[in-house]
Amino acid sequence: MQLGSSLITLIFSILAGMIGAILGIGGGIVVIPALTLLIGVPIHEAIGAGLISVITTSSGAAITYVRDKITNIRIGMFLETATTLGALSGAFIAGLISPKALFIVFGLLMGYSAYNMFNKRNSETPAEVKEHPLAARLKLSGSYFDKSLNKQIDYKVAGVYPAYAVMYIAGVLSGVLGIGSGVFKVLGMDLFMKLPMKVSTATSNFMMGVTAAASAGVYFSRGDINPLVAGPVGIGVLVGAQAGTKIMQKLNNKTLRLLFIPILVWTALEMLWKGWSM
Amino acid sequence: MERLVDVNMSKILQTEDFVSWSLRLGVYLAGGVVLLGLLLMFGTGRTGYGPDIFPTSAAAAINGALALKPAAIVSLGLMLLILTPVFRVTASIVLFLLERDWVFTVITSVVLLILLVGLIFGKAI
Repeated sequence: MQLGSSLITLIFSILAGMIGAILGIGGGIVVIPALTLLIGVPIHEAIGAGLISVITTSSGAAITYVRDKITNIRIGMFLETATTLGALSGAFIAGLISPKALFIVFGLLMGYSAYNMFNKRNSETPAEVKEHPLAARLKLSGSYFDKSLNKQIDYKVAGVYPAYAVMYIAGVLSGVLGIGSGVFKVLGMDLFMKLPMKVSTATSNFMMGVTAAASAGVYFSRGDINPLVAGPVGIGVLVGAQAGTKIMQKLNNKTLRLLFIPILVWTALEMLWKGWSM
Repeated sequence: MERLVDVNMSKILQTEDFVSWSLRLGVYLAGGVVLLGLLLMFGTGRTGYGPDIFPTSAAAAINGALALKPAAIVSLGLMLLILTPVFRVTASIVLFLLERDWVFTVITSVVLLILLVGLIFGKAI
């Protein structure tokens, strides 16, 4: 890779890190197509660099989000038992179920969720949430200072069981399909746990790194992590993620939700397209 | 009752500062190594390997980095980056233990266990 293409890689990686940190997704959605289409990197190396992007966005953004309590680490740690188990069992399940059916079912489900989210577009913070007994036992409910509203937001956690099930499925998705697991995590926390949108995206971000790290060994030994490609991606994403955390905290939850909907629609279409053309 | 809540809040604050700090340490260290390797690579105009060749194992990355091969230094930094979530989970277990939060010590240990099984099982493929 030449210095010129490394600089281009650096620039779109900064963008990927920013988008990833703001919306709670890995940035693979930007890095993989940009590397293959703009630079002509082989797909397996682009996917390897995408994995680096996920881990870097996760760890880089969490430095700020965890400190500022936008990330709820108790919720994150608790749900990580489901996502990692899902990712691990995904490798076994992969042979048993048809990816085509999975792509189509989850594509449709995500499309429907986009519609649901659009209906919720006017709610800034969740109102009147009844705390789930398990959430109370595990002390999952939390509080953060909202920089756009300029006040402390206390929130309660609902729907622990359905959210846990969604996280298991998100883990399986990342193992079997390789796309959409970040989007799916945000959805689970938003729709079932009824967390403020900022807490959902930041906590999804936090969890992503662990799931990705579990599979990184395979990519590394397979030669998918080319330092010439993944190196500039790592640095760019790190810079972008730091900037993204500052931008996200100034946005309100409504804007964040509106920004998330197109990503949701895009992922739904991508899944349907992949399923259809299989 | 109010006092009890206060004590809990200050504990949560410590937990979060600690996790944030452990991530900052890991990420900046890893990022610094990657950056060093890239600067060396573009400064000298060579990777230290033939075209399309780079380390694909931890041992190769470490040996190459010790021999000051630029691409190996980048690979080593990327490896450290991959390990930051593992480091963060491990640090959290220690912290939950110190806080005597047994439920979360178990939860976090389960995550680490699955993570390690994934890394080891992954290598076997």
